Amino acid sequence: MLSPDTIFAPATGYGRTAVAVVRISGPQAGPTLAALIRAKLPPARRLSLRSLHEPTTGELLDHALVAWLPGPATATGEDMAELHVHGGPAVRAAILRSLGALPGLEPAQPGAFTRRAFLNGRMDLTAVEGLADLIDAETEAQRRQAIRQLDGALGQAVETWRETLLDVLAGTEAALDFSDEGDVDDDVLTEAGRVTASRVRDAIQAALADGRRGERLRDGFTVVLAGAPNAGKSTLLNALARRDVAIVSEIPGTTRDAIEVRCDLGGLPVLLVDTAGLRDSTDAIEAEGVARSRRRIDQADLVLWLCEPGGDAPPPLSVPALVVATKGDLSESVSDNALTISALTGAGLGTLLAEIERIAATSLGSGDALVTRERQRLALESCRDHLDRVATDGARLPAELVAEDIRLAIRALGEVAGRVGVEDMLDRLFSSFCIGK
Amino acid sequence: MLSDDSSPYDVIVVGGGHAGAEAAAAAARYGARTALVTHRRDTLGAMSCNPAIGGLGKGHLVREVDALDGLMARVADRAGIQFRLLNRRKGPAVRGPRTQADRKLYARAMQAFLADIPNLAIIEGEVADLTVIDGRVAGAVLKDGRAVPGRAVVLTTGTFLRGLIHIGEVTIPAGRIGEGPAMGLSTTLDRHGFALGRLKTGTPPRLDGRTIDWHGIDKQAADDDPVPFSTLTARITTPQIECGITRTSQAAHDLIRANLHRSAMYSGGITSRGPRYCPSIEDKVVRFGDRDGHQIFLEPEGLDDVTVYPNGISTSLPEEVQASIVRLLPGCTRAVILRPGYAIEYDYVDPRELDPTLQTRRIRGLFLAGQINGTTGYEEAAGQGLVAGLNAARLAGAVELAVFDRAESYLGVMIDDLVTHGVSEPYRMFTSRSEYRLSLRVDNADERLTGRGLALGCISPVRAAHDATRRAALDDTRRMLESVSLTPTEAQRHGITLNRDGIRRSAFQLLSYPEITWDQLAVVWPQLRDVPPALADRLCTDATYAVYLDRQRADIAAFRRDEAMVLPALLDYGTIAGLSNELRLKLDTVRPVTLGQAARIEGVTPAALTLLAAHARRRPAAQVPAE
Repeated sequence: MLSPDTIFAPATGYGRTAVAVVRISGPQAGPTLAALIRAKLPPARRLSLRSLHEPTTGELLDHALVAWLPGPATATGEDMAELHVHGGPAVRAAILRSLGALPGLEPAQPGAFTRRAFLNGRMDLTAVEGLADLIDAETEAQRRQAIRQLDGALGQAVETWRETLLDVLAGTEAALDFSDEGDVDDDVLTEAGRVTASRVRDAIQAALADGRRGERLRDGFTVVLAGAPNAGKSTLLNALARRDVAIVSEIPGTTRDAIEVRCDLGGLPVLLVDTAGLRDSTDAIEAEGVARSRRRIDQADLVLWLCEPGGDAPPPLSVPALVVATKGDLSESVSDNALTISALTGAGLGTLLAEIERIAATSLGSGDALVTRERQRLALESCRDHLDRVATDGARLPAELVAEDIRLAIRALGEVAGRVGVEDMLDRLFSSFCIGK
Repeated sequence: MLSDDSSPYDVIVVGGGHAGAEAAAAAARYGARTALVTHRRDTLGAMSCNPAIGGLGKGHLVREVDALDGLMARVADRAGIQFRLLNRRKGPAVRGPRTQADRKLYARAMQAFLADIPNLAIIEGEVADLTVIDGRVAGAVLKDGRAVPGRAVVLTTGTFLRGLIHIGEVTIPAGRIGEGPAMGLSTTLDRHGFALGRLKTGTPPRLDGRTIDWHGIDKQAADDDPVPFSTLTARITTPQIECGITRTSQAAHDLIRANLHRSAMYSGGITSRGPRYCPSIEDKVVRFGDRDGHQIFLEPEGLDDVTVYPNGISTSLPEEVQASIVRLLPGCTRAVILRPGYAIEYDYVDPRELDPTLQTRRIRGLFLAGQINGTTGYEEAAGQGLVAGLNAARLAGAVELAVFDRAESYLGVMIDDLVTHGVSEPYRMFTSRSEYRLSLRVDNADERLTGRGLALGCISPVRAAHDATRRAALDDTRRMLESVSLTPTEAQRHGITLNRDGIRRSAFQLLSYPEITWDQLAVVWPQLRDVPPALADRLCTDATYAVYLDRQRADIAAFRRDEAMVLPALLDYGTIAGLSNELRLKLDTVRPVTLGQAARIEGVTPAALTLLAAHARRRPAAQVPAE
């Protein structure tokens, strides 16, 4: 029973990138890739375009470039697979969720890839030391970010839940380990304990059902610039970003892939995304760009629909949209209910920015979004599921199994907030019960 | 008896308590020429405190000692006078066999077992010093000047190292009441640089049972069907007795409060830490003063012994105050104290000085077991004694030492806790200390450990044969349960209602349903009727936990992976760039053997682990305990 687990994690950062890479390492890497692409493995060490499907439901997740990297000549020395998917958080999250649901796969702990690489002789000492520094720096950055963005809200909530569950656990463990003591209640799970567990479950459920606001707050409020080719999207992006990030030209269809600019708008993280103009194209590359634009639009928090004077009205969209009349310097005749701007003169830009800020602020809200990472979400879901069993079956299940679920629930919280020692529980236990004949 | 032999022993065990007896027996079973040095031969197998063996968590340890062919379980089966299976109404993973023991029968049985071991010499004397040559132990020196040469030494000094008894304002240097302390060895350990600390434990006064009014108080009886500790014991034949139950009253609490300043624990006479789970009656009143009373068990110390152990009033109050308190207990208004209760302070060695083999790093060939490592309890001592004795014998034979891990046994949990975290109070076993509680059960200790013991060389032929028979019956029956199956429709014909999903389920799977019983299945498959009840219970347990055990197996596999990564013994943490000074210090104190152990040290970060991983080497698969 020494076969290692298969681990997975995004290899690219959490910001919006055009492409996100998810790495899988371990004995299940091959079977997992085959399950995702619903076909036999592609040729080794080549990027191949494949559709990724949710293995159980068969739902299409993304079209992606995938690589099958059989060990031991890989970064970790194990069998590996890489998925180069589209960079939106929704796609990435859906893929991580699908992987997390597969048996034998688990999200990588910090440093796990490196550790495997080293253990399999794929890395030298200097490289490992460098990586340790990075991990340290990242952990620190995450901690600072958590404090800055959320005032440590998740950490505090998890600590409260953990403390509450430790009290319940002290009761169950006392009834198991000290049932021969006069001071200890023989019932493993009191009704009060069951109610407490179900209250914590409800609180965790509420935190999970936050519309992923925390992840959005971290990744940025996404504003997609869309419209017909040559409507002035890239010009506007450049004007907003005050730098030449997108290639602007007079030739319709110049932007073939999404280009992103991260900016700070009234203290809110906003991600501006320029996309390829929407039109039917016979050029295969442009057609792919258009398809990507449509997907980015579907994932946007807000779409700025740009149209030249007399241009097309926006198609029906599933996300909030703001119609912006561009090239205001060229024409007087614009529709009444649209913002009019001129990227050239700067007219209307201030009003547009204010409007985006207002919408972003409303959407992100001032509420207390807690969960900002997929890893946290998976751990909290696992905790909720264990508590679910305690809350619904606690009265019927054998004592030691109730305790087992509470222990596993606390362990899952520990994965979010740092580890739990048995000593924590014993401290609790000995301060609440008079143990010892 | 060999008293001053010039040819060295393989193993010298110092101390004849529960750790010492198991250490000597294990070393001798392995085939080592062994000497056990004790103050007095007639105190071998003495129970200094509570006359009871087993309990919750502790019962697990006794079964594990038995699975490795140790003595404690068989001795307790002969001496037990009140067998009770604790947590009987709870699940099998948390049940704890316990018995009160007849003090004389226990010592007699232990002495008989030890006398039967051919390659074990018992030497009466006090070890005053160790002979150490080039960092390696070479023998022991007795107080009277005799030298006992040996290749390995196991110290099991219990509460004797600089032992100091407190009774109120009175202090008496002693190892236990009536026996002198061991001073010389503390000096030896000091001289070699061991980190020594002080711990405290206590014991209640003993009462004269003839002065107790047994009719006026509640009774607790033994189980009707006493369950033996040892798989080698067919049934319990020793007569079973009842014990009495009484309670402290507010009047007693008031008396204790009024005399707190005279208790050694509260007058400042004792500063060392005592166990939270075995508080003195003073502690109970101070910490839990709101309770209206505390339960006290009146446990007879033997079938033909008038001494009664009042379990629950451990104290260091002056003798006359003890007498007054006792007389406030219902049933004890006329009770006479035979021997006062006391607190005892003693030296222990920081167990982080040890490897998980229980060998010290400072002196090779020197092993420590029992209270000297900061534990409390006969069972904890016996478990460590067995491991230390076995490893001492293996070291003398130049064979690789054995490590028991957290996923295979409570022995492993205990030793890992000790060598990784050290102790801040006397350490006692609880089932909650194990992450893998559903896997580490009293009913499968033999399955977990006897095979391993065979490979390690500490199982006698008698047990090996017995185990082979048991295992064959278990495997055959399990295979049979997995080979027969039913569809929901077929089950319905036998009155068993299942989800009508058309899925065929094996008898083993059906047993995992709480509402389906063995007897019901025996109607369907008559061959089940021939299975002995104990075996049937055992298989029902496996079935009940099957889902949880599957998940636990995955956890255990992950744990074992980290345990397979060995850190070099001489790793210089000072040379690893990127470790904080605080972490360096901690790592240097614990000197983790594996990456997994390093991860369990408080404050070790993922980044630090990554750095350590750079120095780890994968252990050959053969040295990792089998699943």
